[in-house]
Amino acid sequence: MLAMFFWSFIVGGLICVIGQLIMDIGKIPAGHMLTILVVVGAILDGLGLYEPLLDFAGAGASVPITSFGNSLTHGALQEAEKHGLIGVITGMFEVTSSGVSAAIIFAFIGALIFRSRG
Amino acid sequence: MFVAQKEKTPEKLVLKQLEKKHELKRPILRNCIVSFLVGGTICALGQAISFFYIYFFDFTEQTSGNPTVATLIFISMLLTGFGVYDRIGQFAGAGSAVPVTGFGNAVISAAIEHKTEGFVQGVGGNMFKMAGSVILFGVFAAFVVAIIHTVIGMIGG
Repeated sequence: MLAMFFWSFIVGGLICVIGQLIMDIGKIPAGHMLTILVVVGAILDGLGLYEPLLDFAGAGASVPITSFGNSLTHGALQEAEKHGLIGVITGMFEVTSSGVSAAIIFAFIGALIFRSRG
Repeated sequence: MFVAQKEKTPEKLVLKQLEKKHELKRPILRNCIVSFLVGGTICALGQAISFFYIYFFDFTEQTSGNPTVATLIFISMLLTGFGVYDRIGQFAGAGSAVPVTGFGNAVISAAIEHKTEGFVQGVGGNMFKMAGSVILFGVFAAFVVAIIHTVIGMIGG
């Protein structure tokens, strides 16, 4: 269990460092850096490389935004196995529904409660 | 007249040098260390939350990612609302932007910021102003990858 904490810290931290390096060395704004990471995550799952990382690092791989791309591809591939090419569309949000729905729900609740500052 | 001039006039060269001299040097090493520590801490916190879901709510290691992400976004709603997350963001750069809390922060801060324009056009219309590109390119990349993967699987048997 402690090892899991350690590896999630290391792997999660390293993914953030990669993002920081893309921003600093490539002189790319944060929004572009995030889209790059999401696309990389989607491609890595297509190659079958993200799943081992998830097993190895747990939240270290599932919390960074790369896992959003990974689970989009993952859901699409899961459904595609059952239904063929149509499954690519129907399965897209199957795994990763919680991220988007939580963002929408909590953003609305947040907008109800809080006021913008500044 | 029709082609943009590519030769650099001496004035331009001087300007370029001036630009270079006064350009803010990015402290790359410091940025990397801070984003490593902050990002790692957020992920370790996520690990703690997912252990919580595994032991108390019968999630498996594979399925615990979903409630963990939702919980982290809830936390980031509170931190964003109280103005704490922006401060972390200024300090930590990618360390707070890359974890899913940064995605939550982008959605939530846009929602709160546009509250004054009303709930339909303001909050509803601007919520995904910043995070929308992540969803768009994530979905499209996943679509392309999954199509290629499936077609190769069909051909290769």
